Order: sequence, then C-alpha cells, then structure tokens
Amino acid sequence: MVCAGTGCVSCGSFKIKEALEKEVKKRNLQDEVQVVATGCNGFCERGPIVMVQPDGIFYQLLKVEDVAHLVEEHLLKGRPVKKLMYVPPAEKQPVPKMKDIEFFKHQRLIVLRNRGRIDPEKIEEYIAFDGYEAMAKALSEMTPAAIIDEILFSGLRGRGGAGFPTGKKWAACAKEKRSPKYLICNGDEGDPGAFMDRSVLEADPHAVLEGMVIGAKAIGASKGFVYIRHEYPLALKRVEIAIAQARENGLLGEDILGTGFDFDLEIVQGAGAFVSGEETALIASVEGQIAMPRQRPPFPAQKGLWGQPTVINNVETWATVPNIIRRGSEWFSSLGTESSKGTKIFSLVGKINNTGLVEVPMGITLRDIVYGIGGGIPDNHEFKAVQIGGPSGGCLPAKLLDLPVDYESLTAAGAMMGSGGMIVMDDKTCMVDIAKYFLNFLQDESCGKCVSCREGTQRMYEIVKDITEGKGKEGDLALLEELALITKDASLCGLGQTAGNPVLTTLRYFRHEYEAHILDKRCPAGVCTKLIRYVVLSEKCTGCLSCKKACPTEAITGTLKEVHSIVQSKCIKCGACREACRFEAIEQQREEAIQII
Amino acid sequence: MITFRMNGLEVKAEEGWTLLDTARFYGLEIPTLCYNEGLTPFGGCRLCVVEIGEGLRTKLVSACTYPAEEGLVVRTDSKRVWASRRMMIELMLAMAPGSKVLQDMASQFGVTRIRFTPRNEECVLCGLCVRMCAEQMDGKAIGFQQRGHKRKISTPFDMRSEECRLCGACMYICPACQLRCQGPNAETALCNGCLTMDPSCLDHYEDLQCWMYDAGRCGTCVREKT
Repeated sequence: MVCAGTGCVSCGSFKIKEALEKEVKKRNLQDEVQVVATGCNGFCERGPIVMVQPDGIFYQLLKVEDVAHLVEEHLLKGRPVKKLMYVPPAEKQPVPKMKDIEFFKHQRLIVLRNRGRIDPEKIEEYIAFDGYEAMAKALSEMTPAAIIDEILFSGLRGRGGAGFPTGKKWAACAKEKRSPKYLICNGDEGDPGAFMDRSVLEADPHAVLEGMVIGAKAIGASKGFVYIRHEYPLALKRVEIAIAQARENGLLGEDILGTGFDFDLEIVQGAGAFVSGEETALIASVEGQIAMPRQRPPFPAQKGLWGQPTVINNVETWATVPNIIRRGSEWFSSLGTESSKGTKIFSLVGKINNTGLVEVPMGITLRDIVYGIGGGIPDNHEFKAVQIGGPSGGCLPAKLLDLPVDYESLTAAGAMMGSGGMIVMDDKTCMVDIAKYFLNFLQDESCGKCVSCREGTQRMYEIVKDITEGKGKEGDLALLEELALITKDASLCGLGQTAGNPVLTTLRYFRHEYEAHILDKRCPAGVCTKLIRYVVLSEKCTGCLSCKKACPTEAITGTLKEVHSIVQSKCIKCGACREACRFEAIEQQREEAIQII
Repeated sequence: MITFRMNGLEVKAEEGWTLLDTARFYGLEIPTLCYNEGLTPFGGCRLCVVEIGEGLRTKLVSACTYPAEEGLVVRTDSKRVWASRRMMIELMLAMAPGSKVLQDMASQFGVTRIRFTPRNEECVLCGLCVRMCAEQMDGKAIGFQQRGHKRKISTPFDMRSEECRLCGACMYICPACQLRCQGPNAETALCNGCLTMDPSCLDHYEDLQCWMYDAGRCGTCVREKT
C-alpha cells in the first residue's frame, strides 16, 4: 500500500511505487505481492509512506534506495526493517504497527474510513468495503422523508464552517414544489493550511458521490454538480474517474440500480477565488458569473442555482451521509457532544511534530489534538497559540488548551470551526505578524462588493502593517477594534462577517504584543524585520567565515580570523547568519540599539 | 399583506417589498448610496443597514435587499446601525474625499473626521454605473474587474468598448466623480460646511429619538456647533 495523497506524491511516492513494482518483479513475487496506490494516510509529516498488509507494518520517510532492501528483507525473508519504521520523538524503540502509533491511536475514522485502505481509482475496492450499500438502502427501502428524518436525528451539521443542521437544509429544499432541483458539492477549499476536502476527494471520491445520490433522493433532484477548485488536479482526476466508473456500473445516470431513480453529476472547476466557497458566490460561479455573494434570504434551498431550489453541502458533509444511512442516526449521534455530533477532520499544520490530517470525535480538547495526536511542538519550543477556522478564524492561546472542540465553544472563544484548518504556533511566532498575514490574505480575497469588507480589511491591514513597521500610534488599537467589530457587523457574507476575527482574537489574547510594537517599538518574538537588527558580538566572533557564506545578500564583511561585521543597509534580516554561527556570536537586537563593534 | 414591526410601529408590506420599500412607504428615512429605484438592488454600500431580530440574537442586514418577512422586528436607527453607517461613510470618504454626495452625508451623520489615509480616488465601487449601463441603457459596456483591493470598474481589457455609445448615463448616476464639494478645503479635508446633525440623544438612548423617525431632520437634538 503506497500512499498517493498529495503530500506523499510531492515527496516522490510514485517513484517509490515504481521501484517497488520493479523490485517485486525482479524477485518474482508479482503473484503474491500486490502494489496498491491508496488515498492520503494523513501522516503527511512522514511521507512517503508505505504500509505492508496484512501485517500492518508502517514504513515512513522512504527513499528509492531503501526499496530494494525493504523488499529483500520484509517481503522475501519476512523480517520487518526496523530502521525504516516510525520512532516517536524522545523514544528509541520504533513502533512497527500503524494502529500503535500515537498519531493514529486517538483518531476515530468515519469519513476517512477508507484512507490508506483502498485504491481510490477502483470502484470495486470501494464496494468491497460496504460502498454504495447505503445508497441501495436509501433508494430501495427509504422514502425521501425517512432519509431526511434520519439525517435530522443524527444531528449532522454542515462541515463547511457555519455548522447549519444538514437535515433542516434538506427539509427546507424538499418542501419546495418547483422543479428541477439541484445538488452542489462544495469543494472550493481555500483556507491557507487546510486540505481536508482535498484529501477526502482524493482518498475516497465514491463516498462523496454516494452521499450526493442519497441527498438527491431526499430532496428530489436529478442533477448535481461537484465544484472543485482547479488547483486540485489530483482530486479532479479521481472524481472524474469515480463518476465514469459509477456511470458504467449503473450507480449514476438513469434508473439507478433498477429503482427508477435518475441522477447524474457534472464537475465544475473553480477558477481560484477564496470567496467562491461562500454558497451564494459558488452558485453564481457555477452559473458562469463573477463569484460575488448575495444577501440571504432567499436561501439557496428556496432560490439557488438558476433560481431553482438547491442544496449545497461541503465535501465532508456529503462523505458523512452514507455512513449515517448505513449505520443509523443513533450510532452517529452517540459520538460527539450535546450540540455537535459525529467526527470532524482537521488538518494539523504549523509548528507541530506530526503534521497531517486527523479525524477526531467532536468535543475532544485542543490539548489532546496538539499534544496527543500532534506529538507536541518541535525542538522543545513552547506552545503559543493555535489558529483555528482558516483566515477568518481566531488564534486561541495556551490557557484555552483544554477547550472542547465543538461549534459553540469555539465561537464563544472568538474562533470558529470553519472548515477545520488548525495552525499551531510556537513562541517564535509574532501574533501581530500573524494578524497581518491573515488580513493581507483577506484584503486580497474579499470579493470587493461591500464597503465594509473591501475597505474594512484593507484599512485593518494598513493599520497592522504600520504597527509591525514601528509606525504604530496611540489610538490605533481602539480604531482597529472598532473597525473589526463593524466589519463583522455590517458585511454581507460569511467572509466579511468573520474578517474581524484574526484581529479581535489576537487583540483579546495577545494585546501586550501589540502594545510592545506600538509603545516600545519592539517585536517580542523577533519576527517583524523593521523592528530588529542583527549584530556581531566581537568578543565571541572567531572569524570563521560561516556567517559570511550563509548571507544571501553579501552584507557581512571581514576575512578569516578577523571579527566580522554586518552592513545594515544591505541586511535583509533573514537570520541566516545567526543560524549558521556556531559560537552564538550573532545577536538580534532592537532596531535603535547601538551597534556593538 | 405581510405584517411586521419597524421601530415599534406595526407596518404592512406588499408581497415582494423589501425593508427599504416598506420604510419609504411609511416615510421612515433610511440612507442609501448604491440603491436606485430603477436598478436591481446591490447591497454593496452598507449604508442602508438596519438591525433585525430581538433580544441578543440581532443582526445587521441591508434594507435594500432584505425581503419583508412576517413577524420581523426591525430597528432602523439603533446605536449599532448608526455606528456602522458612520464607519461606512468614513471609509468611503477616505476613498473619495471629493464627492459632494458623501461629504453631505458625512455632515448629516456627524462624521467629522477621517482616521484613514485618504486615497483621493474618484470611485467608491458602488456599481451604480455598471447596473445603469446594463439594465437601463442595455449597453453592458463596463463591469467590475478583479477582486478585493485590486477591484475596479472598467471596460473589457481597459480598451475603448464598441458597446459604449458615450451616452453618459454612467456619469449621470455616479455619486463620486461628478459633483465636487465646494467647501473651503474641499479637495483635502472634510469641510462639514453643511453640518446639520449631531444627535446627542444617542448618548443616552439605544435608538434615535427623532419625532416621526425623520432621522436628523427635526433639529431638536442638534448640538451647538463650535
């Protein structure tokens, strides 16, 4: 089983697969050993990943050179190769089996149940693991009302961000008498650092299709669209294959499974606008117009695509639906908390040991995710904050680590569930700089329709940028806060209504950092380049030249065995010299500090 | 007929009316900029925001696009609404300080300063010209380009468009590029020469207290100008 998710593919997993096939053939094992490309395993930090089944041995960080040895030792002689196994940080003994690894142990796979297990490009493998069973049940045994009731009772809420109950949405659309009705799958995932939808589409595209057929039966639609951003070529390819295979097998198209129900799907490619993830903007985009949101009501369930009743759900929501129908709403609602049921996928990125994709039950604490599954912060740095919910989510500090992850708790803390991006930051991160980064993203991605969002994000960015450059004034924080609140209040769509969050949460939990930037003109984390300078400490410098070699702008002068110095006008403050120095002779100081020569 | 409450009054709206239509029918003033009776409502300038709902779960929506709903509770001049309107005026003025329409609005709403760096553009991207050209003149010669901070209105590829008949309707309807404010320092600062409004009642009450809700016209609460 070779992982062929995007993370592993970019680390060269297709080359590993090729080498494996060659080695297997060379040793005449091709009848006994099958090499399979699977969807994303989630443990992207350790790619490329290979699993050997049925033993369940987990190999990581493979190189093409290792393959011959691996085949020889494990497949031929039956001796698992210890040095290619995963060794947890601060441990010596490797953990051979996947299910024993800390990263996988705490997860609960429902939506991602087929990850690393099936070849997403083969429908037979999906069917072998109970695939399309729920669809058959829904089409032949259940009435539309029964399907909607099942989803309602399960307590499933939209996984796209806002958390609207899926059953309610479907019921509202089923009530509409007009036809045709449409279904849309929202795969326009645009948050920086998020790859949940991408992974689901790549690892298990049939689950999404199955969910959509069930939804179509529930609301009485005969046509659906899968909207995928064109930056996801692998997802596009796999969904395309999945649709073709489903059609061939009579699971899509006319008279599905002989039940007389017709439903077909079409792929629409997004052109790369973050705002297209907003449902009314996405509908405009499918219609061929500029992706610009409009005010609701009327909701898409009443008046959506081409003015017709439309249900639009996130990829993850659609992929959850077959599981609920197959195993019942009672089973699903037993997972999670009072108001947030089931599991949620998070993409865990940033300053964390185990970067990757995790699926956990709702209500798990942030600490369990960051320290349990995530394995803590690398290099013994301190945890500072975790940014949840994409660019319009919020940064939560260490004191909120025991917060349960569900829709209400996150909103109360000033962040939001969003689509499930989770960016972990350590003590070397400047929170003002983070706010600046997200504001820059938002001012670029705002559609520009309403004044509050377009101008609000731009002006907030200007103010925060000034602060990071040491041009902050007294009163800036009050203005920033006022503007952030009004941007949230007055804006039309979800983008503007949450655009104030990065500013408001960093102001709420890290106000002292803003104050240090404004009053002392000092960046406590040493990130904002306009506020720092690097100098050589003459008593420690041995004149070894290593900093001079590391400097990309040739800003360091001095010859061998002579104390070096940095020409400030050439220095771009990248910090490469400090990393290169073995004698701690390069110090970061405040910009106005007197240079020690 | 749809019955709902607006500023405590029971109002009746016809099917298909928006909150703005209803308010205007009853003589309640809601300021607008990107709205024009002859064009499709856009909901972009956010000046016509009103507060809907009761208790803690209230929110702001644009009155020009929100349909009248049975049992809705609407407040057209709450503290929150005014704070938003004032900020919108300030933000738009920072874009185009020369616009007389905006300068007048600033005076009417007591916006006396701009806290952001003025950009001296002649467009606030309200989209009136785009809709005028497409809907009334059947031209479709201009449209929005780009998004976010790069957004602008222009002809396709910024070239002279064959669709444009030079009818001038876009300029006629523009609130920013045509009429210039003739105040003392019109091009550089807010003149507030025609300041009429600075309601002191909002310091003490949740809603504007003007008689007949004729926001800002009754004059009883205007502060002494210094």
